[in-house]
This record gives sequence, structure tokens and C-alpha cells, in this order.
Amino acid sequence: MTSTAVIAGHEVTIDDEGFITDPSVWTDDMAAALAKNVGIDELTPDHWTVIRHLREDFAAQGETPTLRRITSNIGIETKRLFELFPKKPGKKMAYIAGVPKPRGCI
Amino acid sequence: MKKLVVLGAGLAGTMAVNRLRPHLDSDDWDIVIVDQDETHIYQPGLLFIPFGMYRPDDVIRRRREFIPPGVQMITAPIEAVDTDAQKVLVNGHTLEYDYLIVATGTSPRPEQTPGLLGDAWRDTVHDFYTLEGATALADRLDRWDGGRIVVDVMELPFKCPVAPLEFVFLTDWWLQERGMRDRAEVIYATPLSGAFTKPVSSRRLGHLLDEKKIGLEADFYTERVDTEKNVVVSYDEREIPYDLLVTIPVNMGADFVKNSGLGDELNHIVVDRRTFSPEGHPNVFAIGDAAELGTSKAGSVAHFASEVFTANFLRGIRGLPPLEEFDGHANCFIESGFGKAMLIDFNYTTEPLPGKFPLPGIGPFTLLEETEMNHWGKLMFRWTYWNVLLRGKDLPLPSRMLLAGKESS
Ligand SMILES: Cc1cc2nc3c(=O)[nH]c(=O)nc-3n(C[C@H](O)[C@H](O)[C@H](O)COP(=O)(O)OP(=O)(O)OC[C@H]3O[C@@H](n4cnc5c(N)ncnc54)[C@H](O)[C@@H]3O)c2cc1C
Repeated sequence: MTSTAVIAGHEVTIDDEGFITDPSVWTDDMAAALAKNVGIDELTPDHWTVIRHLREDFAAQGETPTLRRITSNIGIETKRLFELFPKKPGKKMAYIAGVPKPRGCI
Repeated sequence: MKKLVVLGAGLAGTMAVNRLRPHLDSDDWDIVIVDQDETHIYQPGLLFIPFGMYRPDDVIRRRREFIPPGVQMITAPIEAVDTDAQKVLVNGHTLEYDYLIVATGTSPRPEQTPGLLGDAWRDTVHDFYTLEGATALADRLDRWDGGRIVVDVMELPFKCPVAPLEFVFLTDWWLQERGMRDRAEVIYATPLSGAFTKPVSSRRLGHLLDEKKIGLEADFYTERVDTEKNVVVSYDEREIPYDLLVTIPVNMGADFVKNSGLGDELNHIVVDRRTFSPEGHPNVFAIGDAAELGTSKAGSVAHFASEVFTANFLRGIRGLPPLEEFDGHANCFIESGFGKAMLIDFNYTTEPLPGKFPLPGIGPFTLLEETEMNHWGKLMFRWTYWNVLLRGKDLPLPSRMLLAGKESS
């Protein structure tokens, strides 16, 4: 099930969990609005490092990276990811970066 | 003379040499297979050892029994692979290859989680993915007198994704058999958001956990184990107290995979679904749990994939393009206790659905429901493993998933 939402003035298609269905329509200015929806009021440079990496890795691999992949690629600690994107970092950062929910890989 | 070197004589490697040898003329092709030890363990049987249903003898056979004539077997640790020089370093000796198949699987790495390998390891903190672990846990359960049992999955992906669920179901049954259920709590902790990934089966399995009064701690990504306080701690600082902790440690591929530059962050090799080669290495292949294919790491998957792999490998060496693409087909019995089991059958595009699973001459098995027939299917799997899968024979089943018999969700 998909529906339409307006995020930072852009009309986009989202899935039933609110994830943007087409990563290519995502723009930088949507990130702040998406972040607010999941309780993150301000995006710091550290948030942006992670968001950019998610975008790049998704573009290269065609798949949203796992927490372990992110930590090994950019040398950030898992603990820090939980501070930046509390409780459910895997889902939250994908949501903010406009890439699909991580697959869970089973 | 062409040289084919196969690394790992577990399920996938053994299956590959059995399937390929008859098609590769021995005047033109040398085949060598390497493994670090002599004994083949039937890993699905490890699940039953902690509960005294199988003993170690029931799961061990000699590897050589399954290696066909005309294949040289070397027993030694694999130390390094140099893909530029097309060489493998085995116990200080160099093996040259024209074609290399990596089938070294994935294994539990308790050292990856802080606190796991301390004094409490194999005392109050356990695993059952190794023969030593499963046997130690059988001893521990034999002396068990009630308390809180926590089963904790450390990282995704791990092989046989249903095994920890089966373990909690069997624990519930075993506690009832021993008349201890009212003195025990059983908790399942997982980094997933539910009992399983795929929605329909996650709901059904979640429902089964409820029925059996097994607690589910979802979205639990373990940071460390505190063996002083007897708690597991997640990255978001939740704590689960335990009296007995059974872990599925982080699963990782072999270290030489990492050093060869072929692996991902867990030393698994991302491969193409047709050729089974990693990008840029057309004469290197990864099969079985060593490969990252985006589907379950399981024996049934290795089997279905091997049909596609063999066909495309034999085309590749003749300069022909690959045909079929592997569809991610997985088929797993889920033991649920009390002499019953469930069956799930799925692939990349179709999640596990309820219905009937047709198996000529034997079935039908019932999908996503607990039946005694499925339990017999699970027990029969051991015979099938030694006599059909390992020998590289076909099951009376197509490698591609069938929609026949499945109900739509
Ligand atoms: C508890 C448990 C229950 C399971 N239940 C089921 C089930 O019900 N159904 C199902 O389909 N699957 C099940 N599985 C999964 C199944 O066992 C694996 O998917 C299957 O064994 C994969 O085969 P493989 O050849 O890729 O790896 P393996 O069979 O693990 O073989 C890898 C081989 O490589 C060798 N090796 C590794 N590193 C080196 C090195 N550096 N040097 C030399 N040799 C090396 C190892 O000794 C091993 O022999 C279960 C697994 C476990 C642990």
C-alpha cells in the first residue's frame, strides 16, 4: 500500500510505514522534515556523515547497508549510531536518507 | 591440465565435487578439495543435542566417505587466497588453480561480542551452533532446575534463521516434559522487529510464541554480556536478566576470505545470482553459506542453488553465457516441540505462505502449520542430507519454488 505525502514542500509517494518509495526523488531539504517525524530535531554534521554514506552505499550496492556495514565502512561506533538515531537506528536513518528499510536479511 | 580447487568440504563443497566430477573429463581436469578437519558434522542435528534427542555420534561422519573417486582431498587449514596469482596457501604449501570455488561456510564468533567468552562461557553462557557448544549445553540442561532462559541472536544474517526459534519451542516442550515449566521463563531476544522477517510467517510464529508463553524481546541489538550481573545489554541500554543465556553468536565467514579482499564486513562473498562469481573475478565462485546471496543461509538453499550453479559453471567453462538465475528458494522445517513441526517454503519474491507442499511419493506437508507429518519430515532430513544432498543427487523437487498448493495471504 502506498500513499502520497508532502515533505518539505515536495509531493512524494510513501509506503505504509512512511518510507519514500523512490530513493531518487529524495533531496537534502527533505531530511530535516523526515528527521522531525522520528523525533530528531536537529541534524548535526555527524548525522549528515551517516546520511550521505547511506545514500552513496545504496547507490553503489542497490541495497541499504546494515549497521555493521556502516560502522566498518566509515569507522563510526555502533553506540554512536544509537545516540544519533535513538532506539531503532537502522530504520530511522534509512527513513531520513530516503532509502528502503533495511532488509533484516534472513 | 585444468585445475579446479574447492575450499571447504562441508555441505556445499562436497555437493559441488559430486555434481561436477562426472562432467569434467579426468584427462583434462584435476579436482582438489580442502578442509581443515576429517569429520563432517550434520549441523541441523545440533539443535537436538541439548535436549538429549540426538547424541554426538548421531551427527558425525567421515568427510572422505562423501568425496567421489577422482577428487583429491587435502586436510589442512586454508590460510590465504591470492586471486591475482591464482594461488591458495594451505598449511604453508601453495596450490595453483584455474578455477576456485569457495565453500568455507560461516561460523559462530563469540569473541565478537564483549563479555561472551569470559569465565561464564559454557557455564551459564552457551551456544549450540558447534558440537562442543551443543554438548556442553546438554550437560548444563541436565543439571537445570528452573529459572530464566534467554535465547539471544547477536547479529544478522546467521545460518539457519529458524534454529533459534526451534530452540525456544523445544525448550518450552522439554521444560514441560520435565515438569519444570512453571519454574522457568523463556525469552527470545532478536535484532529483528518480530519473530521472523517475512510478515505472514512472522505473525504466525509470533502467535506460536504467545501460545507457548515465550517472551519476545524484539529490536534487541546486543552490545555486550555482563556476566557479573547476569544480564545481556543492548545498544539502546535495555537489559535482559538471565540465569541461563543461550546465544547465536555473530556468524562470520573464514578469515582468509577477508584477507583475500573478496569478503564483505562479515567475510561473506557477495556473488552474482547466475554465475555465483564475485564482481571482477570470473574464475572465482562462492557457494553455500560462504556466499552472500540475499536469501537464508541454509542447507536447503545450498542444495537448490547448487543445481543452478553447476549448470552455469559447466556452461561458463565452455565459453557459454549462464542460463537460469537462482530464485532464492528456501525450504525449512521448523521443529515446534511435542512431536510437531511447521514447514516454510519461500524465495526472493514470495514470502512463506500457508497451504500444502506437494512432495511426490511422500507428502503433502502442511505449510505454516504444526503437524506430526512435518516433524517426520524434519527427522527424515538427516537421511536425506547424508544420502541425497551430500552425494549431489536431486531431490524429487524442482530447484525453483512452486506456487502450487500455496494459499495467497
Ligand atoms: C544448529 C543448526 C541447525 C541447522 N538446521 C538446518 C536445517 O534444519 N535445514 C537446513 O537446510 N539447514 C540447516 N542448517 C544450516 C546448514 O547446516 C548450513 O547451511 C550448511 O551446512 C551450509 O553448507 P556449507 O558447505 O556452506 O558450510 P559448512 O557445511 O559449514 O562447511 C564449511 C566447511 O569449510 C571448512 N572450513 C572453514 N574455514 C576453513 C579454513 N580456513 N580452512 C579449511 N577449512 C575450512 C569447515 O571445516 C567446513 O567443513 C543448520 C545449521 C545449524 C548450525
